[in-house]
Amino acid sequence: MASLDLSLIPDGGVPWLAASGDYADIVLSSRIRLARNIAGYNFSSRERDGERLRILAQVREALPRVSALAGAMVLRMDDLSVVDRQVLRERHLVSRELIGGEGVAEIRPASAVVVSESASVMVNEEDHLRLQVFRSGCDIAGALQVATRVDRELGEQVPFAFHRDFGFLTSCPTNTGTGLRASVMVHLPGLVLTQEIAKVLQGLQQMGLTHRGLYGEGSDVVGSFFQVSNQTTLGQSEDELGDHLQRVVKRLVEQEYVARKVLARDAGYIIEDKLWRAYGTLRHARSLGADEAMNLLSGVRLAVGLQLIGGLSIYTLNKLVVFGQSAHLSHEAGRALTESEACVARARYVRGVLANEASIDR
Amino acid sequence: MICSQCQERDAVVHLTQIVEGAVTQVHLCEKCAAERGIETSVAIPKHPLDDFLQAAQQQALQLPGDAARCSYCGTSLRDFRASGKLGCARCYSAFEQSLKDLLRRVHGSSTHVGRSYLGADEPALERDATLTELRGRLDGAIRGEEFELAATLRDQIRTLE
Repeated sequence: MASLDLSLIPDGGVPWLAASGDYADIVLSSRIRLARNIAGYNFSSRERDGERLRILAQVREALPRVSALAGAMVLRMDDLSVVDRQVLRERHLVSRELIGGEGVAEIRPASAVVVSESASVMVNEEDHLRLQVFRSGCDIAGALQVATRVDRELGEQVPFAFHRDFGFLTSCPTNTGTGLRASVMVHLPGLVLTQEIAKVLQGLQQMGLTHRGLYGEGSDVVGSFFQVSNQTTLGQSEDELGDHLQRVVKRLVEQEYVARKVLARDAGYIIEDKLWRAYGTLRHARSLGADEAMNLLSGVRLAVGLQLIGGLSIYTLNKLVVFGQSAHLSHEAGRALTESEACVARARYVRGVLANEASIDR
Repeated sequence: MICSQCQERDAVVHLTQIVEGAVTQVHLCEKCAAERGIETSVAIPKHPLDDFLQAAQQQALQLPGDAARCSYCGTSLRDFRASGKLGCARCYSAFEQSLKDLLRRVHGSSTHVGRSYLGADEPALERDATLTELRGRLDGAIRGEEFELAATLRDQIRTLE
């Protein structure tokens, strides 16, 4: 099995790393996901022989006529090694569901992802199609605009399952209606350190939003990185759902800025010392655990936000968060690394990037 | 103890309030408590057995519903309750009433107000479903070397396409 050439994927599938959008120091990315099923086929839980293959064939056939997916690459999960599938997962291009759980070699046939510069589509996930659009920083409206275009064009080529009253029909009724999940990945260390976070998260829930770890359902919150998304998909329009999230996220960002000010005022040198130590560890450690690196990167990111550390870009920090993960390190090494090998490789990778891209030490 | 609000009747409700970390105790008579919306009697069902029987009856009523199946994909309401997943688009019609209730509970609404989709109206949905069905039968006919049947099916598919 040849190793996946990541350079062939348009923009690596992660153009959002650029940190070019609004509030990019706090909001890593905005994402719109639309769940769609193709009319005429059973849903994934009841698939009949060959349906998965036929679905993938139908999508492939439609691609040339969908301008938003022009130049897209189709990656079939059963063509990829476990490491390569995990690499895509670390880039948020595929879900755990699509790759059949962590490190599982067995994969359901015809599970695939279509990746173009502006959007990606998971094929044969819980729903036949899961469209995804990522944008850098806080830009739900921008992501929604692109997603709507892809959805419209694709829907002209492939018949979607749609019901007058219920809207777009999904395998699980929690996604029915718009099939839309709008989410942001946010970094909230100020609110975590000032212990305001529990209150804030509770508030999100009251506003119909839910929070998770960086890798969605079932993932832990590490390094004060959260994913915030809408809970319901029916009874409100796509724009209403998106606008609501965007408004709440702006408020969330303001609260985070306030918390950071409080930290800088009340615990100035303690915070400064802690964050520089985090940088020192990243810059010089010879072995870094995955969570450890995440927590240290979280600290350095806060230091950059507080302007305690200069000469280091948010882009570099985003890159370290995503590319410093185990599967990426294994991919780079050309073989599956053991846990301890990955820790050493991670430390080496982080040191290398900081030496090249940070002008702090110079 | 006298009611701290009306200063007339005996206080029967002793309320401990915690507001912004400060603990205060309020003693109220039944009338003043009721005015503040505080229930004085604990809500115990008057006839626990009635409730139990009613619940049991409801369950009995639910069971035939649970066994109901989507005639297209064969998913039963019970399967759905166990897995949380529907089997096909037609399950939404097969279990329409149950789903309406569920959607209302989950989303606070059971009516889509978002983008409408004209690409696959219901006749088209119907047609696609039939096509899938016919293609499946065609595969079977070819495998079983029933060529006459296969030819008929192929013609039906062509017409629909």
